[in-house]
Amino acid sequence: MSEYKQADIVIIGGGPAGLAAAAAARDAGEDSILILERDSRLGGILNQCIHNGFGLHTFEEELTGPEYAQRFIDMVEERKTDYKLNTMVLSIGRDKVVTAMNREDGLFQVQAKAVILAMGCRERPRGALNIPGYRPAGIFTAGTAQRLVNIEGYLPGREIVILGSGDIGLIMARRMTLEGAKVKVVAELMPYSGGLKRNIVQCLNDFNIPLKLSHTVVDIRGKKRVEGVTIAQVDSHGKPIPGTEEDYTCDTLLLSCGLIPENELSAQMGVEMNPVTKGPMVNESLETNVEGVFACGNVLHVHDLVDFVSEEAENAGRNAVKYVRAMGCPEGGKKTEAVPVLATDGVRYTVPVCVRPDYMDDRLIVRFRVGNVYRDHYIAVYLNDERILHRKRQILAPGEMEQVILDREKLRNVPDLRQIRVCLEKD
Amino acid sequence: MESSMEKRELTCIGCPMGCQITVEMDGKEVKDIQGYTCKRGKIYAQKEVTNPTRIVTSTVRVTGNPEVPVISVKTAQDIPKAEIFDCVRALKNVTAVSPVKIGDVILHDVCGTGVDVIATKSA
Repeated sequence: MSEYKQADIVIIGGGPAGLAAAAAARDAGEDSILILERDSRLGGILNQCIHNGFGLHTFEEELTGPEYAQRFIDMVEERKTDYKLNTMVLSIGRDKVVTAMNREDGLFQVQAKAVILAMGCRERPRGALNIPGYRPAGIFTAGTAQRLVNIEGYLPGREIVILGSGDIGLIMARRMTLEGAKVKVVAELMPYSGGLKRNIVQCLNDFNIPLKLSHTVVDIRGKKRVEGVTIAQVDSHGKPIPGTEEDYTCDTLLLSCGLIPENELSAQMGVEMNPVTKGPMVNESLETNVEGVFACGNVLHVHDLVDFVSEEAENAGRNAVKYVRAMGCPEGGKKTEAVPVLATDGVRYTVPVCVRPDYMDDRLIVRFRVGNVYRDHYIAVYLNDERILHRKRQILAPGEMEQVILDREKLRNVPDLRQIRVCLEKD
Repeated sequence: MESSMEKRELTCIGCPMGCQITVEMDGKEVKDIQGYTCKRGKIYAQKEVTNPTRIVTSTVRVTGNPEVPVISVKTAQDIPKAEIFDCVRALKNVTAVSPVKIGDVILHDVCGTGVDVIATKSA
């Protein structure tokens, strides 16, 4: 080991979450911060998301991804926060020793007091999708194609079929069309799209690209390069219906079939995972079961809007500073019991999964997703058996993250608070 | 009398509801808007059938920086939807020269729209 360094807070990942966490931690008075980023620049995936629509909540203007990223990169630069690029983190110990490597330093270790996990997520690849057929060139995830076109300047194909209607797939349908490719169809396994409505209208309808719901790819043809795919309708269990097959000739298949938080490092160090989100279970401070290890952004749960990533990450940054400050004092230990936050009746998960009222701010945002499309339902919150929120919504969909706000005083006024429950109700 | 009445079906993008809105047109005149559930829907439909516009984002080649083959660009304001392809075609012939800063004008008055195309990344 060439070096053994120390930092109060080490942030794993220099994308939108890591940058916002770093700036907020600095503003809270912390000056020993180190960001470790594996790419050659800061900004993460925003660098390749060149479309507009970012920042409406944060900056009240519509920015492109690179512009949104630059605002946060500037914040980090202005605050003179340390970062290392081209640096791969290999492991994080429970003692918060971060082992990483890069070309300049070789293999090195940093002893942190607190760690913020901000590694983001990655796309579900072909291998995880069980599509039969050959393995020719020309099959890309939508995000890989996005990087090739928008960063490296290559067009990966001319005749395109897209499987999955996640937002990146929809965005790439438009992008490839503008670059002169022909996007023949977008097939979606579910009976509803996983993408935002505005993307369906502006990326598909604007260019007359058909979206086939309840359809999937059942065959890929071609040995060296993709020559075509077969798409079939599926029944309510997602099984292809014989006789509904349609052949499309194409040279490229793009996959936009979901995002998975990238938690190998977290799992390795014993961070407890939520099987629904595939992200860490965190409390009101966004702290995992490993004390002093915080998580934010898409590594915690996949977001739709970067604005909410930034907001969440700022909280993680401030909470990490509070943790570091409390380390030396005897009051710093975890004395209060955590109250579980339960997700039931159509609510798939909540972040956080538990709350210590003594540690929360005056108001705490609890974010969640629903498991299906619900019309004219109510979002309800219960403290023990008492309903404290009952809000009507005309529509709730899995593709749109929801939130409720918990008030600390309300929680404190409940004697013997055993559980908080977020659920959907018909009336 | 021959009628020039025409019906257009739209999906509102104001919120996740995605209301299906039907607009009845007589030539270029909006006669009736049905199916919206809030004010935003009506405004969206009105604009979408009379003057649909979009912000266009794309990339252009860059010389002078081997690390960065292309940079991202956008129209500084929204342009008529019908001009999208002409705008992107016009950008195919443009090469930016490094150094470029965010906000630099890459192409003036694209396709006679009066709107500039500006860089959204530095290189």
